[in-house]
Amino acid sequence: MYEHDVIVVGAGGAGLRAAIGAHEAGADVAMVSKLHPVRSHTGAAEGGINAALREGDDWELHAYDTMKGSDYLGDAPAIETLAQDAPEDTIRLEHWGMPFSREDDGRVSQRPFGGLSFPRTTYAGAETGHHLLHTLYEQVVKRGIQVYDEWYVMNLAVSGEADPNDRSCHGVVAYDVQSGGVEGFRARDGVILATGGPGQAFDHTTNAVSCTGDGNAMAYRAGVPMEDMEFVQFHPTTLPSTGVLISEGVRGEGGILYNEGGERFMFERGYANNDGELASRDVVSRAELTEVNEGRGIEDEYVHLDMRHLGSERILDRLENILHLAEDFEGVDGLVEPMPVKPGQHYEMGGIETDENGQTCIDGLYAAGECACVSVHGANRLGGNALPELVVFGKRAGRHAAGEDLGAPEIETGYGDDVEDEGMELPVTPGEAGLPERGSGEAVADGAGAVADAEGLVERAVDRERERVERLMGRDDGVQHAEIRAKLQQAMTADVNVFRNREGVERALETIRECREEYRDVYVDDPSRTFNTDLQQTIETRNLIDVAETIALGALVRNEFRGAHWRQENQERDDDEWLKHTLISWNGGKPSIWYRPVILEGQDKTYEPKTRSY
Amino acid sequence: MSTQQESVESEPEEPESQEVPEDQEMSGLASPQQERLQRKQAALEERERAESDHDMDDDRVHLKVFRYDPEVEGKQEPRFDDFHVPFERGMTVLDALIYARDEFDSSLTFRHSCRQAICGSDAFFINGRQRLGCKTQIADLDQPVRVEPLPHQEAVKDLVVEMEHFYDQMHAVEPYFQDEETPDASELDEQRQSRENREKVKMSTRCIWCGACMSSCNIAAGDNEYLGPAAINKAYRFAMDDREDEEIKEHRLRILEQEHGVWRCQTQFSCTEVCPKDIPLTEHIQELKREAVKKNLKFW
Repeated sequence: MYEHDVIVVGAGGAGLRAAIGAHEAGADVAMVSKLHPVRSHTGAAEGGINAALREGDDWELHAYDTMKGSDYLGDAPAIETLAQDAPEDTIRLEHWGMPFSREDDGRVSQRPFGGLSFPRTTYAGAETGHHLLHTLYEQVVKRGIQVYDEWYVMNLAVSGEADPNDRSCHGVVAYDVQSGGVEGFRARDGVILATGGPGQAFDHTTNAVSCTGDGNAMAYRAGVPMEDMEFVQFHPTTLPSTGVLISEGVRGEGGILYNEGGERFMFERGYANNDGELASRDVVSRAELTEVNEGRGIEDEYVHLDMRHLGSERILDRLENILHLAEDFEGVDGLVEPMPVKPGQHYEMGGIETDENGQTCIDGLYAAGECACVSVHGANRLGGNALPELVVFGKRAGRHAAGEDLGAPEIETGYGDDVEDEGMELPVTPGEAGLPERGSGEAVADGAGAVADAEGLVERAVDRERERVERLMGRDDGVQHAEIRAKLQQAMTADVNVFRNREGVERALETIRECREEYRDVYVDDPSRTFNTDLQQTIETRNLIDVAETIALGALVRNEFRGAHWRQENQERDDDEWLKHTLISWNGGKPSIWYRPVILEGQDKTYEPKTRSY
Repeated sequence: MSTQQESVESEPEEPESQEVPEDQEMSGLASPQQERLQRKQAALEERERAESDHDMDDDRVHLKVFRYDPEVEGKQEPRFDDFHVPFERGMTVLDALIYARDEFDSSLTFRHSCRQAICGSDAFFINGRQRLGCKTQIADLDQPVRVEPLPHQEAVKDLVVEMEHFYDQMHAVEPYFQDEETPDASELDEQRQSRENREKVKMSTRCIWCGACMSSCNIAAGDNEYLGPAAINKAYRFAMDDREDEEIKEHRLRILEQEHGVWRCQTQFSCTEVCPKDIPLTEHIQELKREAVKKNLKFW
């Protein structure tokens, strides 16, 4: 068994910053990640880091923009913490050598971004995430922080008290991808989940293949509520064959969207008479899909994004990278033909419920980054707000786990007195989430049974996961995970996409249930213990099923249109009913849904919900 | 199962090293970006010709993929498996591999993640050249498409190679800002850096650690301790950054001029040729050699 003070799961931006934070606070910290750190998906972020650095800007403006952008579903203490900490944490990155773009006077460059009242998006070319990731990894190397790379964390070691609020986390169980060994990692002070988004729950996503919501699923099964999972951002311009992102910058420079008949539909079909192509992401995504659904799409699938009229000089100067992406990944030359684009899953606003210090309702269990929901982004994330979230809340989680006093949090976590529980009857049986894999012998493997000492608890968890591996490897036939995953992804994209209605979401939930049942007979064909990605992906697929179900359940119960979540039956924001977070708890394997009011009271003022128009 | 086993011996040998480019004079050339665009334009025209010849229509891509597993009977001796994957416009080598794995053989093993040439996981030896699977269009390749693990690195399984040595070399150049005396960030005082200096290090910061350059380098193949192009480029990224002071730069040059450092490079340009991010690696190594000479002259 390995043993450290703090174990960080995942080594993207949030995980790296958490590890540095814990190290700064004096902890013996180790990172466990299924990828080598520089392979993490933070590297794909393009835009930049929002931070109020300059005269004329201040954190309160950043907080206001973020609250408005969230469609008033972000919690004020989280948003204000983000806005207050972002400047110092961004400048810290500069001191660590991050190669930001520069102004004539040598200061770091900032640019305007959608929804911002001040150009505060601090950037390093169109590769800000890549530079952020590598800079943070360099600092981890410098500090000699132990990294267990290509170790896949399969589960958490959490005690088994009846009330999740009484439970505690003592480590993780991980699988060494290279050798196939399953080992325990005991965390004396805390486990920090920084596993990124669950984009692979959809079949068309800008997310990496590794973005399988592992942290979400593990925390969920251990008893931590999933918050606001229905809020999924769909980016309007992704390449149809791969989901590779075509930056908003193309439209920013004057790129135009056309349907099959050559209509500039954003105007001609009246989707956004003022802003046209530059309307917000959700508006443009819905417009594109409407065109396709009504038969005006190209090959019934996509629309065209045309930038040829900008001229090759301007394109080469400002959008060179886009030419490479379109050519490398779609085989299209953006200088001579329009680029095919369609909406793709991009970012999960919801996640593991945490407070401002990254702590969940389970003692010793933390989360930060896209897998977490503090909640900063609410119903809609503004461009440039994901990267500051990584550094701000990664740092805080790391420090708090290492024992630093960051003050009492204002955000409550876990089921408690302040929640609203309608005890509503769900229209479909949501999956019987605890359906066991055949032969597993127990209904719910996670968090069951109390063990007196922490080490014994980790050991027990290791035994369970070893049994699980043997079970999956031992079967000779059945169904393979790829089939189940494809079915799940197609169902989510078909019915829990940009457009949602009750009927569709219910259909998706039925399919998710089928996936769950089929998964009982899943088997791993590759008999090897060496680098068995078949086994790893089979476990990931189980996680995707659990996470997809929370997304669909949230989408089912929230009968209003807020931010990225659109419902056909109620196409308006409903503040009387829905100024509250959706929380889904794993209740002995059966999801239960409850609500907690949004916190609109900030440090000095209360944010009044207004119409979100730009 | 649609794969057939085939003896590796029957395959013709592929050259593992790259040709020296015709024009070694860096001075008269256009920028790497422009060169790349020209290459792309040519490739695109070629691809359009190929597609219009109906070679690809309703056709299948023929992949020959290297297979090896140290513990599975039948795979302990390396072999090539054939996969016939339905072609789609825009299909990359990675797409074809994923299809082959998900539809035909779930034990087919390769690293991959972002699918967009930024995570650096999927550098393979494709038709005799180091390339990223995700940014190599099938239509640009002759068939059958031969996919092998990176040469000069220990094979772990199928297309997966041992990367530890590569990471060790990257770490050996102390790849991090050294300054301990950073100003207090809470003052919001960033260090100043000129646009020119940022531009100077820009290309070097684009490295994605894919290992293609190291695999292509004959010197690295013969000298396991040679730092290699990626690590030297990483050192360049810091040595040329004005934000670090002179003393640290000298320390960095001392690391680089050791026996297995910059002087081992014989300017064959193979690394520069295969770099998927168009980093002028050889040029950076040459520049560091000049810097090392200058530093030593100073002490004389």
